[in-house]
Amino acid sequence: MPTYTLKINGEDRSVDVSSDTPLLWALRDHIGLVGTKYGCGIGQCGACNVHVDGNAIQSCLVPVAQMEGKEITTIEGLSEDGTHPVQEAWKEVDVPQCGYCQAGQIMTASSFLDKNPNPTEDEIKSAMHGNICRCAAYNRIQKAVALAAEKIAK
Amino acid sequence: MSTTISNSFSRRAFLRTSSLAGGGMLIGFNLFTACKNEAKMPVDIASLNFNDFNAFIKIADNGMVTIYSPNPEIGQGVKTSMPMIIAEELDVPWDEVHVEQGILSTKDYTRQVAGGSQSIRHGWDALRQTGATAKQMLINAAAAKWGVDASECTASGGVITNAKGETLGYGDVVKEAAILEIPDEVALKDPKDYTIIGTDAGNVDIEKIVTGKPLFGLDYKTEGMVIASVLRPPSFGKKLESFDDSSVRKMEGVIDVIRFGDFKGGGDKIAVLANTTWQAMKAKEALSAEWSDGTPMESTSNHDKLLTDLLDGTSFNTLRKDGDVEKAFRNADQVVERTYGSPFLPHNCMEPMNFYADVSANKIHLVGPIQTPERTAARVAELLERNSEEVHLEMTRMGGGFGRRLYGDFVMEAAEISHLAKKPVKVVYSREDDMSAGIYRPAIKYRIKAALKDGKISGYHLKEASINSNMYGLIPNFFPAGALENYQVDVAKYDSNITTGAWRAPYTNFLSFAEQSFFDEIAETLEIDPVQMRLDMLQKVKGTTDERIQYSAERMEDVINLAVEKSGYGNPKDGVYQGFCAYYCHNTHVAEVADVLIENNEPVVKKVIVAVDCGIVVNPLGALNQIEGGVVDGVGHAMYGNFTFKDGAPEMNNYDRYRLIRMKEAPKVETHFVKNTLSPTGLGEPTLPPAGAAVSIAMKKATGNRMYRQPFVENMVEKEIIG
Ligand code: FES
Ligand code: FES
Repeated sequence: MPTYTLKINGEDRSVDVSSDTPLLWALRDHIGLVGTKYGCGIGQCGACNVHVDGNAIQSCLVPVAQMEGKEITTIEGLSEDGTHPVQEAWKEVDVPQCGYCQAGQIMTASSFLDKNPNPTEDEIKSAMHGNICRCAAYNRIQKAVALAAEKIAK
Repeated sequence: MSTTISNSFSRRAFLRTSSLAGGGMLIGFNLFTACKNEAKMPVDIASLNFNDFNAFIKIADNGMVTIYSPNPEIGQGVKTSMPMIIAEELDVPWDEVHVEQGILSTKDYTRQVAGGSQSIRHGWDALRQTGATAKQMLINAAAAKWGVDASECTASGGVITNAKGETLGYGDVVKEAAILEIPDEVALKDPKDYTIIGTDAGNVDIEKIVTGKPLFGLDYKTEGMVIASVLRPPSFGKKLESFDDSSVRKMEGVIDVIRFGDFKGGGDKIAVLANTTWQAMKAKEALSAEWSDGTPMESTSNHDKLLTDLLDGTSFNTLRKDGDVEKAFRNADQVVERTYGSPFLPHNCMEPMNFYADVSANKIHLVGPIQTPERTAARVAELLERNSEEVHLEMTRMGGGFGRRLYGDFVMEAAEISHLAKKPVKVVYSREDDMSAGIYRPAIKYRIKAALKDGKISGYHLKEASINSNMYGLIPNFFPAGALENYQVDVAKYDSNITTGAWRAPYTNFLSFAEQSFFDEIAETLEIDPVQMRLDMLQKVKGTTDERIQYSAERMEDVINLAVEKSGYGNPKDGVYQGFCAYYCHNTHVAEVADVLIENNEPVVKKVIVAVDCGIVVNPLGALNQIEGGVVDGVGHAMYGNFTFKDGAPEMNNYDRYRLIRMKEAPKVETHFVKNTLSPTGLGEPTLPPAGAAVSIAMKKATGNRMYRQPFVENMVEKEIIG
């Protein structure tokens, strides 16, 4: 099996996997970062979203072979201690129900707010539309993204 | 102010106490039953026996309180509400109470089930009494130490104070309290004095969730564990003939390929074991197998016909019959009959089914997300012909339940595979596996016929045609049962080889839509206000002596009036179309008003106003989350949920073809509680059933189209008008 060196949360990690292994499974099964979730495996739910060079992407769709030399950030590396404004907003609003989709939601929201720190309600809705929450906590997700934007502005 | 209640429960020993070897007091209690006589209290935390007790509370000698409860958490906030109730009556600060998930180690276990919105309702009395009893024992111990009468002492915030103003912390007297007699009478607080119940408490796992810590079954891992991906029959009814695994065995990471399913070396499933999830899934996809047709291959088109034939036929089971509906039809001014249809629905828990099993010579270790641990542990013991004492089942957090995790099929698979492979194994479903090996909400049809006379409903006949099972329990006695002279509910079913089961708010999730849409149409026919029609019908229910009628006309009136007031129903803003629905199920009364707008020529559900009577709201923050989720889930499945079969196989198996509601389609949910001091009832389910009905009624006003079928996006209109 080929060895790939991935830069994850600021650290170089090497993995021995077949070239078609999606980043999602390399993270979960080889590197032991299980915060990134599997929901559909076909790019439809956003549970697996991570940042690659600052953009939120679906880690179930990208093979490890294409990830060398890129900066990958997972939920575990979003902040040192869970105090990223988006994480803070999520706690304040008490967003999660079952919680399973939330890492993906947070990763989508944080990359979106990096690019658009002052979004309208419609922009928030469009940005979050790719992330399914089966528990349908959508009202709170929307509220938490808006709150995070406020926190970032401060 | 407090109410003293005789602790009759405790004399039957629903709780016991002991003093812990390492210091501190331990209280073991049962939520729903008395303890068995032989139930022994452990003296250390390592040996908590959850077969004898539902939960334990430890009060340490530093005053810290820990609750050990194996009650599963599936997003309903039970881990928050239960300790809040204990903390309230025990009178300790909420942030000094910690909850730890207990491990279930044996069989006969009482209702450790998170389903049916029942956890809080059933636990309410027992939890309060346990907290109050422990507090009284601590007070008694302190009083004895001071040599004063217990009645001169008070306790609050974990501190006991006597008449002279001297104080002792709970931790200072746990040793003495632990060996006291359990008092026969304890005082419960007046709800007016609550300081914890009714305040907002966040999700106990929030910190871990937002930082991505391992919590769920899919995150669980042990040394030497392998992953199993399972190839199951592609259609319901097919049998495995043969398979060729020669090339798959050579694939990277593949450890073994095992046929299983009947526990005798045969069966219709094939497990591919590999080192990692990706390797296992890929190898399973590559496996080639031959299948034979066992029973007829079913399709949605023939289900549709079979259900219609059942409704047209005569072989019904009558679940409730008041008066004489036939006579009412004969004497009617007008008869209206409508038929409503719904598809199968998969649960689609966000975390696909998975379970860990390590079956070894003297222990069966099971770990994962399950709603019925005790039943499942017993079934695994039975399957493997092992002593149930050998089964240790540990629950993880669940990425959704919705009824799917009541069934232990995936646990049995894990256990059988681990037994055959002689290895610790985690079975992992892909989304496709999860959606195509489901235990679905069955497709159902309702036909409702009403006799109208002198501007009122004089007869009501509801027929249900369902697959594999019919409505049960008290459902046939929900509104409008009791409100009508002539009323009848008949059910019939067709036996299918497609597996079906409970889905969030079983039966009512669709029945509510059928009945409530029907009422709206009746009101329209009679040219009366649909809200007033319901209020008038409720009058007859007041003071009923029929014990099967468990909804309350008064509580129903309260939620109706509250919803009308808050939504401005009857005077909508320009361009807003409102649909009204009131429903009772799972012991909770709910009324909802949906606001629909037309945007770009499409009806859009903008907002749902919800009025809820769930008694005392233990944790409003958690309650609101469940209510919002239930409403949006109800709107989503009514609008989009469509699951069809062709030749025995589901036609959709992932989110590209199966549509779930997303952010842009989700309405805003505005919730209002009826304030009272009645015992709390559950919220996991009751707000879902009314949502589809309220939306369909608003859509009718907005578009002129009445919906008779779910999902609404298909917008198939069936009209049958008789009379
Ligand atoms: S798991 Fe990647 S989008 Fe669903
Ligand atoms: S919180 Fe359960 S899927 Fe989003």
